[in-house]
Amino acid sequence: MGYVIEVNGPIVRLHLPAATIGEQVRVGALGLAGEVIAREGDEAVAQMYEHTDGLRAGEAAEGLRRPLTVELGPGLLGTLYDGLQRPLTELRAASGDRIARGLDLPALPRARRWPFSPRLAAGARLNGGEVLGTVQETASIEHRILVPPDVRGELLELAPPGEYTVTEGIARVRQDDGRIRQLMLSHRWPVRTPRPYRYRDHAVLPLITGQRILDTFYPLLKGGKAAIPGPFGAGKTVLQQQIARWCNAQIVVFVGCGERGNELTDVLDFMPRLTDPYSGRPLLERTLLVANTSNMPVVAREASVYVGITLAEYYRDQGYDVVMLADSTSRWAEALREVAGRLGQMPVEEGYPAYLGSRLAAFYERAGRVQTLAGGYGSVTLIGTVSPPGGDFSEPVTRHTKEIVQTFWALSRELADARHYPAVDWVESFCGDVTAAARWWTTNVDAGWQAARAEALALLAASAELTRIVNLVGVEALSAEQRWTLEAAALIKEGVLQQSALDPVDSHAAPAKQYLLLRAMLDIHAQGMRALGLGVPVRRLLELPLLVEARRWKGHYGSEEVEALRARVASIPQVFEALVRTHQAPDARG
Amino acid sequence: MSIVEYRSATSARGGLVLMRGVPGVAAGSRVLLRDAAGGRRNGVVLRVSSEAVLVQVFEGTDGLDLEHTWARFLDEPYRLAVSRELLGRVFNGLGQPRDGRPPLIARERRDVNGAPINPTARAYPREFIQTGISAIDGMNALTRGQKLPIFSGGGLPHNRLAAQIVRQARLIGEEAGQFVVVFAAFGISNAEARFFQESLEDSGALTRTVMFLNLADEPVIERLLTPRAALTAAEYLAFELGYHVLVVMTDMTAYCEALREVAVQRGDVPARRGYPGYLYSDLAELYERAGRIRERSGSITLIPVLSMPADDITHPVPDLTGYITEGQIVLARELANQGIYPPVAVLPSLSRLMKDGVGRDHTREDHPQVASQLFASYARAQEVRRLAAIIGAEDLAEGERRYLAFAEAFEHRFVQQGEDEERSVIDTLELAWELLSLLPREQLTRVSEAELARHYKASANPSALAPP
Repeated sequence: MGYVIEVNGPIVRLHLPAATIGEQVRVGALGLAGEVIAREGDEAVAQMYEHTDGLRAGEAAEGLRRPLTVELGPGLLGTLYDGLQRPLTELRAASGDRIARGLDLPALPRARRWPFSPRLAAGARLNGGEVLGTVQETASIEHRILVPPDVRGELLELAPPGEYTVTEGIARVRQDDGRIRQLMLSHRWPVRTPRPYRYRDHAVLPLITGQRILDTFYPLLKGGKAAIPGPFGAGKTVLQQQIARWCNAQIVVFVGCGERGNELTDVLDFMPRLTDPYSGRPLLERTLLVANTSNMPVVAREASVYVGITLAEYYRDQGYDVVMLADSTSRWAEALREVAGRLGQMPVEEGYPAYLGSRLAAFYERAGRVQTLAGGYGSVTLIGTVSPPGGDFSEPVTRHTKEIVQTFWALSRELADARHYPAVDWVESFCGDVTAAARWWTTNVDAGWQAARAEALALLAASAELTRIVNLVGVEALSAEQRWTLEAAALIKEGVLQQSALDPVDSHAAPAKQYLLLRAMLDIHAQGMRALGLGVPVRRLLELPLLVEARRWKGHYGSEEVEALRARVASIPQVFEALVRTHQAPDARG
Repeated sequence: MSIVEYRSATSARGGLVLMRGVPGVAAGSRVLLRDAAGGRRNGVVLRVSSEAVLVQVFEGTDGLDLEHTWARFLDEPYRLAVSRELLGRVFNGLGQPRDGRPPLIARERRDVNGAPINPTARAYPREFIQTGISAIDGMNALTRGQKLPIFSGGGLPHNRLAAQIVRQARLIGEEAGQFVVVFAAFGISNAEARFFQESLEDSGALTRTVMFLNLADEPVIERLLTPRAALTAAEYLAFELGYHVLVVMTDMTAYCEALREVAVQRGDVPARRGYPGYLYSDLAELYERAGRIRERSGSITLIPVLSMPADDITHPVPDLTGYITEGQIVLARELANQGIYPPVAVLPSLSRLMKDGVGRDHTREDHPQVASQLFASYARAQEVRRLAAIIGAEDLAEGERRYLAFAEAFEHRFVQQGEDEERSVIDTLELAWELLSLLPREQLTRVSEAELARHYKASANPSALAPP
């Protein structure tokens, strides 16, 4: 047993000989939870996950001899955890509307019995990560009960099919060192240690989110890393909710790290009402929520992203494609900064400690597509939001993140102010995996995808250049072709890029619809250019009702009405041919 | 309560006193100090160790010496006495009466720091609050339980706007008088405080108001406690007594500057512009006390007012605030200079909770689309204005000139309104349609055809003729 020497906000100095860095501690009469982060002589410096008000020098402190771990097993899905994997609903039952301190509740329900079907038989040779059997966790997700990664040996006994709780023994293993170990439906894993796998493989499939600016323009692969930076009010939250709702991953882990309480309530309110577009089951059955709102203690905020990624890796190891959304990594970095500041560590940039870049990189490196220890394939796709102060992308967190991720979805205040949503800036954003994504689009949608994408981006870039000219000398200074280019770019922006999350028809667009809409705008542009070449004045083109109509197609044709949209797009040339004919027949002009 | 007094101060500066040889003091506990002149001061323990205790003195360290400073450590956090009798009272920043009346006779004293609300206990704000101000109700609507700050600048009428919101805020279909008001002022002038007091008095709201005042000439450190005391009062009124509470806190920038002052004295590592790294967490602890709680009838709606130094929205105070609150109302100097009141710059303003508080079951079916269309059209009009500034309005195309007319009408008829003019949300929407009808019908793509058919006023738009 040790005792408290000093209390300075969330940082506590303890007399605790033999404490290990990373070890969990319980401090004071309330048993506040914390973690050792440094040792000096017989003293240990601990960061506390809970507020330290009321703590005194001399109070008792105890080391728990284990690092921060999470409990992994059936019952995780659909549960809302705090940053230390305490279930918030049970916490409310235990301590009321406000979170009391020093409470330690099990993450998985203890009383619930799960129907277990064994897959192996006694006598089998066991390796860590293998599938012992399965539990139907929710209607859409089969939970594969894994041998803990650190266990190897002979399976002496495996429970017959039946119902078991997460703490009942279901198997006995003679480990290679001769010790007998009992396995359960659940096991624990330290959050700061990445879970092992056989090897890391290439990411090959795009994650389909149903959002055109993401899927069509800046795709993200399953197993990839992406960042969503943006100033406040640029629509980060809605974009993430859209991804969580529509993406074609099997499991979604959402970590609310230092964000708003009401926003989380919104998620909790709407999630149960939503259905998974792929299984038709409630979305909550494939979702895991970890929440540490901005008013909850700062150190637990730092831990919450590790808790989230470990849960994601656990489902990856069962062979699933998992998407983890971390909102926001800036709050996590600020928690690092806050602790570093309290420790008096030398700041390098804007108060951040020197290890900011390496911590961020190591965290994002836990994403990836892997062959699991069980032999299957699984992936963790990591999407982190960044909240740059003042929307300044040159600040340290955004800058480091930009070097790490492959896909960068930059949100812009100008677009948000003009209510252009999603406000993903097509100039600032980037994607390093277009070629890999193109293989999928070519096979599954259309061979013209990559060329169409490039053409659209070129049009947008040309229009940005022309807009600068217009702002200087007015639209009259432009040639007919240039004015038509401007109009085509506007068509792409309004008819393709803008996509309302609230529109019941267009909230999600299937890849085929995404491609057709883009194709349509490019066709209109090309047909118009041809008409201009045949002498049709640009004024006549700009008056075409087709231009207004095309802007409404996205909300008119649902993803299941792709064929109707295809027919409509195919008829675009007729409009222009009619225009050219009218123009060329001299007596037809009034 | 400890009756032992210690006289062991070893250093005093910038609102902080370090004392040695005091055993068993709890972090965060309250301290009573007595100075050489017999004056009493309040403090709170910031940091404890087996050797020393660091005390933050709310009244400041001016006039203190080390030899004659006596400290009594009360074994409890700083608490505020709460009861129904809070209403109608005026307190200083520490929660002590400043209206000449005796202290509250209270059943209960509450820790001013509060405790975080369990996210699962929160109820999502969905009830539209009509403020009677078109720029807010029409485009940046406020809901009950929301925190919506006003971002302003020196000399702009943010306090007049806040006072107007306090006077007019009501739920549609309910009587006025539903809201009680908690007003917390720190670092504002006596004149501004008096303006608020009189404004509330004129509207008869003073009897349902609690005020916590720490004015510009009063101790700076006291400001660190003022919002906490005010929010503690608000929580009691809302979640114990079931009132709907509207909290106005002004000026948050003064609060943050006080926090910075103490942080520098403590030697905390500065993050941006000298503000400590924990500014975000600290602000979040305050702002997140707003909201609604399931199965409780009351609510806390929070309107923090802050002045952006040099009108800079990227300054740490507005920036971090914007990341915590659910939107912001931004005031613009250009509009104020044209004599427009309230000078709400609608484009950078935002209400994140509006989407769930307006529309069919709340205000009117077309409300979300109308708001979206107003934003889009006004954004387009601003582009046209920039263009007109370069090439001259004469050289604009006819369609573009109509945007100029729209922008003028929008600013002078929609945004501008009287300080005592209360517009119902239906009036606001009708006005919006009238202005949108100045624009060509086919350019209104954010509203549906059905809504256009119902509300678009073709007569207002003589040039909307059939195509040639």
